Amino acid sequence: MCSLAKTLLAGMALLSTVTFASSYPEALNQLGRVATDAEVAAWDIDVRPDFKGLPVGSGSVEDGEAIWLDKCAVCHGDFGDSNEVFSPLVLGSITPEDMESGRVAALTDAAVVRTTLMKVATLSTIWDYINRAMPWNAPKSLEVDEVYALTAYLLHLGYIVEYDFVLSNENINDVQAQMPNRNGMTTDHGLWSVSGTPDVVGSGCTSDCKVDTTVTSFIPAYAMNAHGNLKDQVRDYGPFPGIQTAPESDAAEVAAPTNVIPEQALISNGCTGCHKQEGQLVGPSFNDIMARYKGQDAFEYLKGKVKNGGSGVWGSMAMPPMSQIDDSALQAIAEWLAADN
Amino acid sequence: MSDSSEHTQGHVRPAPESFIKPDLVASISAHGIDDERRGLLKGAFASALVAMTGKAVAGESDPNIVNVPEWSKILGKSVATNPYGLPSKYEANIIRRQSPGLTQTDQASVAFTPLQSMFGMITPSGLHFERHHQGWVDIDPSRHRFMINGLVKTPMVFTMEELMRMPSVSRMHFLECGANTALEWGNSAVPTVQYTHGMLSGSEWTGVPLSLLLERAGIDLAKAKYILAEGADGSSMTRTINIENALDDCIVAYGQNGEMIRPEQGYPLRLVVPGVQGVSWVKWLRRIEVGDQPYAAKDEASHYVDLMPDGMQRQYTAIQEAKSVITSPSGGQKLMNQGYYCVTGLAWSGRGVVKKVEVSADGGRNWHEARIEGPALPKMITRFNFDWVWKGEEALLQSRVTDSTGYVQPQRTELIAVRGTRSIYHNNAIQTWRVNQSGEVENVQLG
Ligand code: HEC
Ligand code: HEC
Repeated sequence: MCSLAKTLLAGMALLSTVTFASSYPEALNQLGRVATDAEVAAWDIDVRPDFKGLPVGSGSVEDGEAIWLDKCAVCHGDFGDSNEVFSPLVLGSITPEDMESGRVAALTDAAVVRTTLMKVATLSTIWDYINRAMPWNAPKSLEVDEVYALTAYLLHLGYIVEYDFVLSNENINDVQAQMPNRNGMTTDHGLWSVSGTPDVVGSGCTSDCKVDTTVTSFIPAYAMNAHGNLKDQVRDYGPFPGIQTAPESDAAEVAAPTNVIPEQALISNGCTGCHKQEGQLVGPSFNDIMARYKGQDAFEYLKGKVKNGGSGVWGSMAMPPMSQIDDSALQAIAEWLAADN
Repeated sequence: MSDSSEHTQGHVRPAPESFIKPDLVASISAHGIDDERRGLLKGAFASALVAMTGKAVAGESDPNIVNVPEWSKILGKSVATNPYGLPSKYEANIIRRQSPGLTQTDQASVAFTPLQSMFGMITPSGLHFERHHQGWVDIDPSRHRFMINGLVKTPMVFTMEELMRMPSVSRMHFLECGANTALEWGNSAVPTVQYTHGMLSGSEWTGVPLSLLLERAGIDLAKAKYILAEGADGSSMTRTINIENALDDCIVAYGQNGEMIRPEQGYPLRLVVPGVQGVSWVKWLRRIEVGDQPYAAKDEASHYVDLMPDGMQRQYTAIQEAKSVITSPSGGQKLMNQGYYCVTGLAWSGRGVVKKVEVSADGGRNWHEARIEGPALPKMITRFNFDWVWKGEEALLQSRVTDSTGYVQPQRTELIAVRGTRSIYHNNAIQTWRVNQSGEVENVQLG
């Protein structure tokens, strides 16, 4: 390494004192350039708890409901309470007392599902999350006012605002003051800083230590194969072979199924994010697709549809083009879907 | 997997435990192994070998020796048959795996590293665990940009070419997901170390120190208290990072184990935040903003918060406290016979260096110091080995790490007494593996 950089790196070792090495070489200033205002505006989309960064705009619960049913309900359920694709966003248990105190009491109750609105203290997070990452299959496709409307609709589903409410950059701070778990977060713990104080430190005892060695939990025999045959998850030679957890007869039973599911191709090409074997997800189930095209010689059609995407056959939701898929995977999937059995 | 006779013979033969005198076994079990006892053990094996050789001459010979195997009689494959090399076909079991039913989708999910089959302290990049929130992408590096804005004199943009031209550092660090071992808070839930601890890796990361880039942009040190790191993928993951970490040892990295970072790990650019939970090592890094307040960003307000028994949620639980685990023998494996075993595992600390690792074979009643193998580096996984003679008894194997701050890894009962069982993140409790009298090893919890 050149000596210039060496001095620089030696300087950097001292950086923990938060003063910079005086040896910072001027020549480095040729690398990188000033970002334009438009570039910063395009990328600086984060919204802070005090709403710094929130763009001007507004949206009504009513508009939010329509957009929700069109773009979000398929994964989160009509009322944001589905656990099909992700844990529920709303419902769970929020009481008037919680709204008063800003602490959701049911978080201490293991029997109650913890929903997003029960946990989140900062409304900015929900706005920012939807704006940057939702809908999950088409992030950054929403207009600013749509994000307001969807946030308003979620708040309405959580009984935080009325149906005629219009959320805007002007009144969002007032709604923050209603967030059910607004006082439910703490940074008073030892894990925020490398020099923080640990809350639980083990004992250094080395002999005749007073510990309870009763086995209180283990995996029952019937569940040992839930993760597949453990014998096949380590080397089959060496000092620690795996335990046979699948019934020994399994190997014989696998014998030549007539129409094998191209599982790997479906997973690696992202199909399973939107399709399941049974039951609608974002797109129709594979069983429904197979039933629909049974006996119709649909191989070429399905090949084209998978590659190019499209909408209208099953509903208004579009399937994005799957142009990344390679020919052999496409072939295998289309053959499987078009097969007659 | 084939069950041919060669394979069976490949297993360790019945150990010559009868050649080790019972009093030596007892003394090793009581005191661990030291030089004197290692010498005695060596002597015992040597005499065992002589005895076995004698037996082999009298009995049948190993066909793998007396018959020339096919690989000794052919011309092998050309150079560059695999221009990018691959593991042997006999290693096909050593892969990343998902835990069935853990997540509802495959894009917001986890694939775990097979720790049970790995050696040393470096995780092969292809076996590095995966945790994505919105799938992974493969970004064109010529179109990737890195921006710094916020409390800086001038917001800056860098290309990959510029970043790779700057002074670089290469550092080895562990990377552990905050939710590693999350399934084990309440009960033993998953069978092997791949699923209990497999959101852990150790790699050499190469890139530009973040502090250098922040200086280049003219960071306002008087006001800066936090940075926000943001990804370029669909999820645009964002994380708040303390300025003390940002200026200390963070790296804007493009290299992993000597090559470019893998797409699943954030190609072409990822933030390395040593000692801090994996979610903050933002992948596909596109932007750093310098600020004076934390951001309560995506996945900092509903997920990656630790629920305490009183219903309060701890936010910004960044640091991965000291933790260790025995990787072999571990759950789902079996000991073929009695005798000597090298118990091996990993230890690490987000606050510093691994100072000591101890192993217990009786559920934590008695502890013996393990050997630390290779360098013990700050905020990096450290390999430990421990000589153990198994005499067919039931054993409860545990490991316990002490780090350079004096912190000792707690037992699970100690940890849940304070944290309860519903905090999901930051379970660094001592792991117990029960070795049954049959030699089968299972994941259990005590007390
Ligand atoms: C294709 C399925 C899908 C669609 C459509 C979808 N989401 Fe999501 N959503 C998800 C998944 C999966 C997650 C969790 C991602 C993760 O694990 O990081 C999520 C997370 C969220 C969260 C954060 C929850 C939390 O607790 O952090 C919000 C808020 C949200 N979605 C709102 C929406 C809105 C509003 C829409 C419509 C514009 C929408 N989603 C459309 C699948 C979807
Ligand atoms: C982002 C979600 C999404 C992904 C990813 C996705 N699909 Fe679809 N798919 C849909 C939707 C929505 C429809 C319904 C389209 C319509 O109504 O025309 C659909 C329809 C289909 C159909 C039926 C076509 C027809 O005209 O009847 C097939 C076959 C199909 N998908 C296969 C696949 C395969 C194979 C993959 C992976 C390579 C895949 N899909 C990935 C959402 C998706």
